[in-house]
Amino acid sequence: MSTASVTHDVDVIQQGPFDMFRHSWVLAKRSLVKTWRTPEGLIDVTLSPIMFTLLFTFIFGGAIAGSTADYLVFLIPGLIGQNIAFASVGIGIQLNSDMSKGIFDRFRALPISRVAPLLGAALGDVVRYVLLIGIMVGTGYALGYRVTTDPLSFLGGCLLAILFALCLAWAPMLVGLIARSERAVQGIVFMTLFPLTFASNAFVPTETMPSWLAAFANANPLSHLIEALRMLWSGGDWHAPVGWTLLWCAVFVIIFAPLAIRAYNRKA
Amino acid sequence: MTSDNAVEAEGLVKNFKETKALKGIDLAVPRGSVLGVLGPNGAGKTTAVRILATLLRADGGHAKVAGYDVAKKPSEVRKRIGLTGQYASVDEELTGRENLHMIAALLNMSGRSSKARAKELLEWFDLTDAADRTLKTYSGGMRRRLDLAASLTGHPEVVFLDEPTTGLDPAKREDMWDVVRDIVKRGTSVLLTTQYLEEADALADDIVVINHGEVIAHDTADKLKRVVGSQTLRVRPSDASQVDTVNAILAEVATDGAPVDEYRPGEYSVPVVDDSALATVVGKLAAQQVAVTELSLQLPSLDEVFFTLTGERQRPTADDATAGQEQEVSA
Repeated sequence: MSTASVTHDVDVIQQGPFDMFRHSWVLAKRSLVKTWRTPEGLIDVTLSPIMFTLLFTFIFGGAIAGSTADYLVFLIPGLIGQNIAFASVGIGIQLNSDMSKGIFDRFRALPISRVAPLLGAALGDVVRYVLLIGIMVGTGYALGYRVTTDPLSFLGGCLLAILFALCLAWAPMLVGLIARSERAVQGIVFMTLFPLTFASNAFVPTETMPSWLAAFANANPLSHLIEALRMLWSGGDWHAPVGWTLLWCAVFVIIFAPLAIRAYNRKA
Repeated sequence: MTSDNAVEAEGLVKNFKETKALKGIDLAVPRGSVLGVLGPNGAGKTTAVRILATLLRADGGHAKVAGYDVAKKPSEVRKRIGLTGQYASVDEELTGRENLHMIAALLNMSGRSSKARAKELLEWFDLTDAADRTLKTYSGGMRRRLDLAASLTGHPEVVFLDEPTTGLDPAKREDMWDVVRDIVKRGTSVLLTTQYLEEADALADDIVVINHGEVIAHDTADKLKRVVGSQTLRVRPSDASQVDTVNAILAEVATDGAPVDEYRPGEYSVPVVDDSALATVVGKLAAQQVAVTELSLQLPSLDEVFFTLTGERQRPTADDATAGQEQEVSA
């Protein structure tokens, strides 16, 4: 006898302007549960950074900085920049798999903001980046690295790195939404990231590069983030690099977020 | 809402680059009824469903679902529909219960009512025992059921089922049919696409046949069967020496004295007008003490339906069979 209706015997929370954020949070929780269930998916933000730290410290330390201890001061921020960039491929792969498995069709047929599934995926990734920074700094400490400024500057650096990661993530998200397979996502993102991470100040000072490469490396958004982290954690004037980093964050979001949202809306 | 139709589409057109996926189709699902959209792969069934479920925009025509225009008020439509696609669009890494909680939360249901609704749906779909396992451990049939449960979370007025039983074995298919009947009993309107005439016949009040993006017939299952041709009664006698007796019995029930056909070696068939022929034949076989290993009443296959319908396209017998063509001209 009862004709089904949306509100029938269901107690629905008032619709409001915060729906988008609430729905994003629901979807971020979905990512977190999945991360918790498949911890091996965290290798790129746990074991890989440890491996990179050990390899780079002992292979290049002596040659580049004269000693491993001196190199660590330079290297840890550089590695954080590099690994944040590498870890961003994960979100592209996740979105691609969500799309191919049809779960996005379910979300798109629900009365939720079209931004929520993307924002949710990005928010769910914060945990990965926190873990990455923690492990990286922890490994550094074990090898003799020390933050020589104050806790507030350290925290500021962490927040800046996470913000950068979240803004950069829109690019691999876009790739994830247009590429036709997970393998393609991985190929495209890494192909872009390798030059971006190595043609930067992450591992060597840019002064030793040929001038054209140094020009690229100095303008590289990752270089600004890495420079900002070095200043914030080891002392120095951090205002300019932090400013440049924030500017790049804005640029990433302004360019890639609308494209990603459009790709998500279009994808059949 | 003034309309008595839960779904109403007029002249839907959709082109994908060179391909004309929909050439102007009309569909109507009266409130509380089931419309079966029957057609082969690539006929445009899924495209039509995706437009009605607001996942795709039509290039022409318009459609209303639950009283709202799909192009102008998509979010009002989304509040009132459930969609179950050909593949289960549920999260494999979450448990059944988590999937339902997530959907409920996205529908703005409070924690309390989302828990209650998930519990209710899991019981209804016989998934209570598997509720707290991740979907990776579910069988194909269980995933389909959970997918359907997810679509019903928000008590939708209209449910779209896009080939809900494709790939399921016959027993699971029947289970799914029971569920669909149950949904309709609770007042939900259903648009169901299928490649099986049998399925449309079992569930739908009305059937629309589409081919190459056009509606080629629209009728009730019974009338459609009459248009397409009769059903076929098949008998395989256990004892080959009784063939003549069997043939004599079959000849008596055959439509318009049609000849008995040896469908496969040892298996004989005749076209019959309706179901009552089955009972007649069973009675006569028993009276004459003929044992049979197989006895079945078959609906015409989809191929036969299409052969008949497309062969008669120039002078259609079904009332609305020209609808698609008229639309194409006017588009």
